[in-house]
Amino acid sequence: MSNRKIKEKGIESLLFASGAVTVVALLLLCIFLFRDGYLLFDNYPVSSFLTDTKWYPTADPEHFGLLPLFLGSVIVTIGAVLFSVPLGIATAIYISELANPKIANILKPVTEILAGIPSVVYGFFGLVVLVPFVQNTLKLPTGQTALTGSIMLGIMALPTIISMSEDAISSVPRALKEGSLALGSTKWQTIYKVTAPAALSGISAAVMLGIGRAIGETMTVMMVTGNSAVIPGFPSGLFAPVRTMTATIALEMGEVPQGSDHFHALFAIGSVLFITTFIINIVANYIKRRYRFNL
Amino acid sequence: MISGKLLKNIVMCSMVLLIITTAFIGIGCVDQTETVSQENTVSQENTEQESIIIKGSDTILPLSQAESEEFMIANPEKSITVIGGGSGVGIAALIDGEVEIAMASRMIKDSERENAEANGVNPVEYVIAWDGIAVVVNPENTVTELSFDQLKGIYDGSISNWADVGGEDLPITVITRDSSSGTYGYFQEEVLLDEEYRQDALVQPATGAIVQEVSQNKGAIGYIGYAYLDDSVTALALDGGEGFVEATPENIMSGDYPLARPLQYYTNGEASGLAKEYLDYVMSPTGQDIVSDVGYFPVN
Repeated sequence: MSNRKIKEKGIESLLFASGAVTVVALLLLCIFLFRDGYLLFDNYPVSSFLTDTKWYPTADPEHFGLLPLFLGSVIVTIGAVLFSVPLGIATAIYISELANPKIANILKPVTEILAGIPSVVYGFFGLVVLVPFVQNTLKLPTGQTALTGSIMLGIMALPTIISMSEDAISSVPRALKEGSLALGSTKWQTIYKVTAPAALSGISAAVMLGIGRAIGETMTVMMVTGNSAVIPGFPSGLFAPVRTMTATIALEMGEVPQGSDHFHALFAIGSVLFITTFIINIVANYIKRRYRFNL
Repeated sequence: MISGKLLKNIVMCSMVLLIITTAFIGIGCVDQTETVSQENTVSQENTEQESIIIKGSDTILPLSQAESEEFMIANPEKSITVIGGGSGVGIAALIDGEVEIAMASRMIKDSERENAEANGVNPVEYVIAWDGIAVVVNPENTVTELSFDQLKGIYDGSISNWADVGGEDLPITVITRDSSSGTYGYFQEEVLLDEEYRQDALVQPATGAIVQEVSQNKGAIGYIGYAYLDDSVTALALDGGEGFVEATPENIMSGDYPLARPLQYYTNGEASGLAKEYLDYVMSPTGQDIVSDVGYFPVN
């Protein structure tokens, strides 16, 4: 075997090893997370974990009810989607189809800068500016509500949604749009009858990843949603404080004695969170592949 | 090509192992560096430890920071690191042997003492100062005093409107700390008599966030350490069974104010070495003056 070939193989294995590290890390993480989460069920029944409506980890007897936290995450995320999806897709359409190149060249990098702002800064802004604003405008008992969290998360999910939708829309073949225009459709008809449906898979994937980003966000949510572990009503729950799964872990992991039921309960929540985002990612990938536009 | 395949496999496996090992060595080193640097600074004739770590209650954090700064100015060759995180965090760190002194704004729990003994740690308590917990409302709120029964009702969920305690017709927004906070535990014990907080109370990750929310929310009520009290919020007079008492320094020091509590340091066994020197400094008249400066109350 020649020297050159060995070198070639060496580099190849090096790159393989780098790739393998990610997989190994993920595997170890899963094992650790699920094992510690599973230990909760030695002392606490799974059924109570899934159906109990109370989260009183330090009470006697303890209540580790997943429901208020899970639904808290869900309602905040739904709010974020309602806010960010229309805005994000509209921006993406504007950037890729309508804006003149000069404006598009400014808009696109600016939306991406939004992704670079640390989440604690978003949280601080939310706490100081948005919380009093929401409270005074809607005449609520407190401004720390699911809605406030949704708006902040919506803003944070925007860059993901905009840049991915924009890619999807730009990659719709020119021939399709030109064909539509040639048949006499207006620009707007072309966008909503031809371009948008053709890019739908990419847009859906963008939305799913935006949701994934929103559901996993911790710091911002913890600072602006009030963290009351109550089951939110819908839609009234949007205007009341809620607590998400992520905020619970962040709030309580400091105090919790290692190896206690409370400790394992936090890991169980972490597992649920992991599984949720995992499913969202798989669905996003599936949509992207299944409905990829083929010409 | 057998040798080629074999070579490839060997290289791959060793690479993966190497990377994992490096990662773990890295993780292992994080804690080690501290100890190494500590050992390096020890002078030859003096084998005493020259640096300690203090960790725990966010309530005591500003006090410990002020004390340690003054101590280090007086003793430039010694180093004290002060870290917050909550009383429980500090005690857990003491049990794990990570720190020399734990700060706690509540008594050590029985479960923690058991854990400590199981780990061969014997927590010894030193009361270094007193703190008053102020129950605060928005300055626009007309309520100026509450009895313990009313306060308990507000916090356990049986009272939800200010009109029920003599104020305007306005829903009460109840604010608590998260469960890592020593103040959370203390308040639960003293006011709620170990019952649970209402489920829909807002949970704030820091005292500053409570002040922030109360200062901008007319219907809010929260509890904070006396040192955090400022003009943006109003402290209520409380009745713990012996008439209403204002939250003033005089009343807290005299013990009349019902929500006064000791702030303590915990060490593993009797304090020794630098930890003892530092504790002696805190308990000295100079150290106790700092206690007053920071906004807490001296022990004597």
